[in-house]
Amino acid sequence: MQQSLKKSNNQLADTLIQLEVLNQATQQGNQFPAFTQKLRDINLFPLKPTHLDIFQVNVGKMCNQVCKHCHVDAGPDRKEIMTRETMQQCLAAIAASSVKTVDITGGAPEMNPDFRWFVEEISKLGREIIVRCNLTIIVANKKYHDLPAFYKTHNVHIISSLPYFSAARTDAQRGEGVFADSIKALQMLNAVGYGQEESGLILDLVYNPSGAFLPGSQAALELEFKKKLKTGFNIYFNNLFAITNLPISRFLDYLIQSNNYEAYMEKLVTAFNPAAATNVMCRNTISVSWDGYLYDCDFNQMLDLKVAKVAPQHISVFNEAALNNRNIVLNQHCYGCTAGAGSSCGGATA
Amino acid sequence: MEKTYYNPADLKKFGNISEFSPGLAEKFFSYYGEVFAEGELTAREKSLIALAVAHTVQCPYCIDAYTVDSLEKGSTEGQMMEAIHVAAAIRGGASLVHGVQMMNKVKEIVM
Repeated sequence: MQQSLKKSNNQLADTLIQLEVLNQATQQGNQFPAFTQKLRDINLFPLKPTHLDIFQVNVGKMCNQVCKHCHVDAGPDRKEIMTRETMQQCLAAIAASSVKTVDITGGAPEMNPDFRWFVEEISKLGREIIVRCNLTIIVANKKYHDLPAFYKTHNVHIISSLPYFSAARTDAQRGEGVFADSIKALQMLNAVGYGQEESGLILDLVYNPSGAFLPGSQAALELEFKKKLKTGFNIYFNNLFAITNLPISRFLDYLIQSNNYEAYMEKLVTAFNPAAATNVMCRNTISVSWDGYLYDCDFNQMLDLKVAKVAPQHISVFNEAALNNRNIVLNQHCYGCTAGAGSSCGGATA
Repeated sequence: MEKTYYNPADLKKFGNISEFSPGLAEKFFSYYGEVFAEGELTAREKSLIALAVAHTVQCPYCIDAYTVDSLEKGSTEGQMMEAIHVAAAIRGGASLVHGVQMMNKVKEIVM
């Protein structure tokens, strides 16, 4: 099985080296325009939050998969896991905040031993709960087979990655056998009512390109996915979110190894869309890492770019008012969220 | 002077054709944009047609552009190759169907 960048001692496991790559000149000696300058040009700098709606918690980097594009560099060899004490600090922050949605991610969040307890406690707070489930975890081990029923009990909104409706392209990105296991898991979720119009149980899928190209029209891809998954596997889902791969972590490694980095960055820069920039997710989201630090988004978290120091940077001293006054931390990877139709954890933004 | 007739970097300079004739370029690009918009054919289907035509006219720029475009619009590798086979079948068929003309001539002049 493939290893994480960290385990394989890849130099890109060092976030400072990733930032260096993102800011270096091209082979021709040109510099990509600074993302901050692009925002200045449209009077959006400094980028400020709008309102805190989404509280995204990364409960750990451990995962049963080692996807080639993973921005978390997650995998079975990653042992970073959020403790119950940190979860309690999250719960206190959520309870005292205006947050509408708690978005739980990983790794495979279900591998955190306190995951179910955490979901139950959030449920008591009456907020919408999203779990970013990689699907295969449901069939990975008998102890996870009842996850669909557990999710149903707590009316959890499931968002799952399925990069394509064929085994070849899905497995090339997510690992051998992932497509077949994902199909089984989707059928189990459908069986308890997920993705069925009348049930109210939401199952959304995430499409992301399996290579150095941008996603096409989200609406057109959704139609195609629905048709193929229904006719091929009798699978139903609600919405498809088309997400752009950001040039960080393992996807950055892929871009460099395949000699696609500069062309991909150029594509992102050329496709800069002011409307997408206005709607970037970091304006209504806060991202919490497994060890309780606060970030503007999950990507900044993986680059270790903490929220600006005007606000306390740890969940134990969460201060929503101070966070609402912060300037969002930006770097060259942000072009990934503003290209074309835009990209966020909820898909296209423009 | 370039050392080759085709330079990959020229693809993104396509818009520069407006330099010598802005009015016609504007009309062309406006038409081009409308042609490829969602219509009675989907944008994905149009991209596959463009990919097949690109192979027929053997334009390296178009092959590059519509391979990426077809992938972005969600086409499979199989669909893309089938589209090229359609182009190949028509090109091959266009040669072969003229065989009838050859046969006609043969029968006209041979005892």
